[in-house]
Amino acid sequence: MNNLELKDLYDGFRDPDTIKAYKKIIEEDAKKLTHPINIMEVCGGHTHTIMKYGIPQILPENINFIHGPGCPVCIMPKERIDHAYVLSMQEDVILVTLGDMIKVPGSNGSLQDARSKGADVRFIYSPLDCLKIADENKDKKIIFFAIGFETTTPMTAALIDTVIKQDIKNIFFHINHVTVPEVMRELIDSRDEHVDSYNHKIDAFLGPSHVSVISGSKIYEEFPRDYKIPVVVGGFEPVDVMQSISMIVKQFIENRCELEVEYKRLVSYDGNIKAQNLIAKYFEKINLFKWRGLGNVKDSGLKLRDEFAKYDAEVIYKDVLPIAEIEDHKLCICGDILRGMASPPECTIFGTACKPSTPIGSCMVSSEGACAAYYKYGNLL
Amino acid sequence: MKTITLAHGNGGQENNELISKVFYKAFKNDILEKSEDAAVIHNGELAFSTDSFTVSPLFFPGSDIGKLAVCGTCNDLAMMGAKPKYLTCSVIIEEGFDFRSLEKIVRSMKKELEVNGAIVVSGDTKVVPRGSVDKIFINTTGIGEIQKKGISSNNITKKDVILVSRDIGAHGATIFASREGIDMSSSLQSDCASLYPQVKALIDADIKITALRDATRGGVAAVLNEWASQSNICVEVEEDKIPISDEVNGICELLGFEAMALANEGTFVLAIEKEDASKALEILKRTNETASIIGTVSDQYIGKVVLNSAWGTKRFLELPTGELLPRIC
Repeated sequence: MNNLELKDLYDGFRDPDTIKAYKKIIEEDAKKLTHPINIMEVCGGHTHTIMKYGIPQILPENINFIHGPGCPVCIMPKERIDHAYVLSMQEDVILVTLGDMIKVPGSNGSLQDARSKGADVRFIYSPLDCLKIADENKDKKIIFFAIGFETTTPMTAALIDTVIKQDIKNIFFHINHVTVPEVMRELIDSRDEHVDSYNHKIDAFLGPSHVSVISGSKIYEEFPRDYKIPVVVGGFEPVDVMQSISMIVKQFIENRCELEVEYKRLVSYDGNIKAQNLIAKYFEKINLFKWRGLGNVKDSGLKLRDEFAKYDAEVIYKDVLPIAEIEDHKLCICGDILRGMASPPECTIFGTACKPSTPIGSCMVSSEGACAAYYKYGNLL
Repeated sequence: MKTITLAHGNGGQENNELISKVFYKAFKNDILEKSEDAAVIHNGELAFSTDSFTVSPLFFPGSDIGKLAVCGTCNDLAMMGAKPKYLTCSVIIEEGFDFRSLEKIVRSMKKELEVNGAIVVSGDTKVVPRGSVDKIFINTTGIGEIQKKGISSNNITKKDVILVSRDIGAHGATIFASREGIDMSSSLQSDCASLYPQVKALIDADIKITALRDATRGGVAAVLNEWASQSNICVEVEEDKIPISDEVNGICELLGFEAMALANEGTFVLAIEKEDASKALEILKRTNETASIIGTVSDQYIGKVVLNSAWGTKRFLELPTGELLPRIC
């Protein structure tokens, strides 16, 4: 491993000549399409790549993107953010969370605001960093506000595993993990009634590769099989995205509807079984999880299993955590954007009242949200 | 109640708002409103600037807070074509700070003053109770003699091309890597350096310099955006001409940053008249091989910076927003 360099992460996958070569292939193939195709990139990481590298500018007009709901920060409802805010304000608590979560506004403000009012809020890159914080602050309670899709869940599970095995007394969890296939299903099912009135049918999915590194490509099998929607699981570099689009286009012109994997360098059919077992050991599905902009989505969230309740901040602090439902902002159309029925510039508050520095809707919150990506990169489209 | 957040110190959008809405509003005058790296005073003969340093950790690969405190202020002077002459030095020290570290920091300042040919002529020391500051904060203020008049971020035109003096983002990447404990067996270190020697070489060669700015907080992205709006121009940058080291690119990949928004402490952006560009590049390359001509000036989108990719797409490069890298300088 000594010879592995950081640049191996991306080298070659941003090569201009390869991107141009795929552009040509896609252009030729797209001429054979019998109808325009709308590709939903489920994950915010893809949205970010697509916008940052200007992919829509080099695709033919009959290939469009619909930006899906796959940004774990963006989809966090205000109710949960208010939980984080309230927890951070408790005595002797250090609230720990991942990156962008810190600036998402809840009804009282963001965690950034909480911090400027004296709360101890820290952001980390790996959940296991909590161990160090806990060790250095034995008189404090460390609450890990856990967010993310299948990709980050194993890390939280690994942290719980360590906490239990090492009998660490001052780390607690507020779990907000969500899962991808359930929300994809919800997006298709909830659309039926609207489909006729909108010209935004999802023709194909670009599936996030990192989710499948953990869960395997098998989790998307149902979409080509039951919904007749092809899925290509693709990586996050521009070459990956171009290759994935090319694969999707080829499925249409060859009249196929399949689950394919572009990101063969790490994705297998079964995924990482060990990680899956670890998740299953500590988490169970909750019946409904509310997604900002989308509302309640069946079976899409995880919680700690009851036997681990003594680590569950939602149980421990239940007396102080607010439970009232909060409506999304009236003018915000994030729900429609997440369903692929509208694009960010169609929103009346996009770029005016709602900006990355003062986000109102979920899609403006994180750099992976569709609105934020449009705001930052999309103005030359 | 509205409170100050770390985003207000990011060198980007929120920072600019804070400065214009609070400080410019109160202190409004012609010199201040020019928004240059250093104020030009005394009939255009002197440059005058101040900067405070709060970096954490205090010692990092390639530099430390002492060197940073001298380079930071001297570089601001150099960016106005001035030779750094006299500095003040104020330190606020936390109770319990160890003597040897303080001496190390001061030695480091002394060494860097020599590089600039500047001296510290006045100072102040405060010690505050534990917890009131994080170890040590340093302020330096400097006066420099302007060697070449008329350098200004407000005068860039289509006659100019844009250069950077070396590969970008090394300081920001180094600080973040050491703060996150990312241990890399690499040569990544802060670019922290005094820029006056390079500026002097350009002046001595009679290069037609329109503007200079060191790309500190907010990085090259902030400098180019400030120039675009101050000079009412559109800056067009060729993405593949921007020099970025493999290490910095790697850190950006791991932590999700853009190299263009990362801080530098010894890297400057230049607007040079076209005819002199290759001569200027040659001079810069004597110090660092990676110096590069990265862009041109147009009137395509006034007030904006456009990034052109190598595969024919383009996008705006915006001012960094939000909490970037708190306390890196």
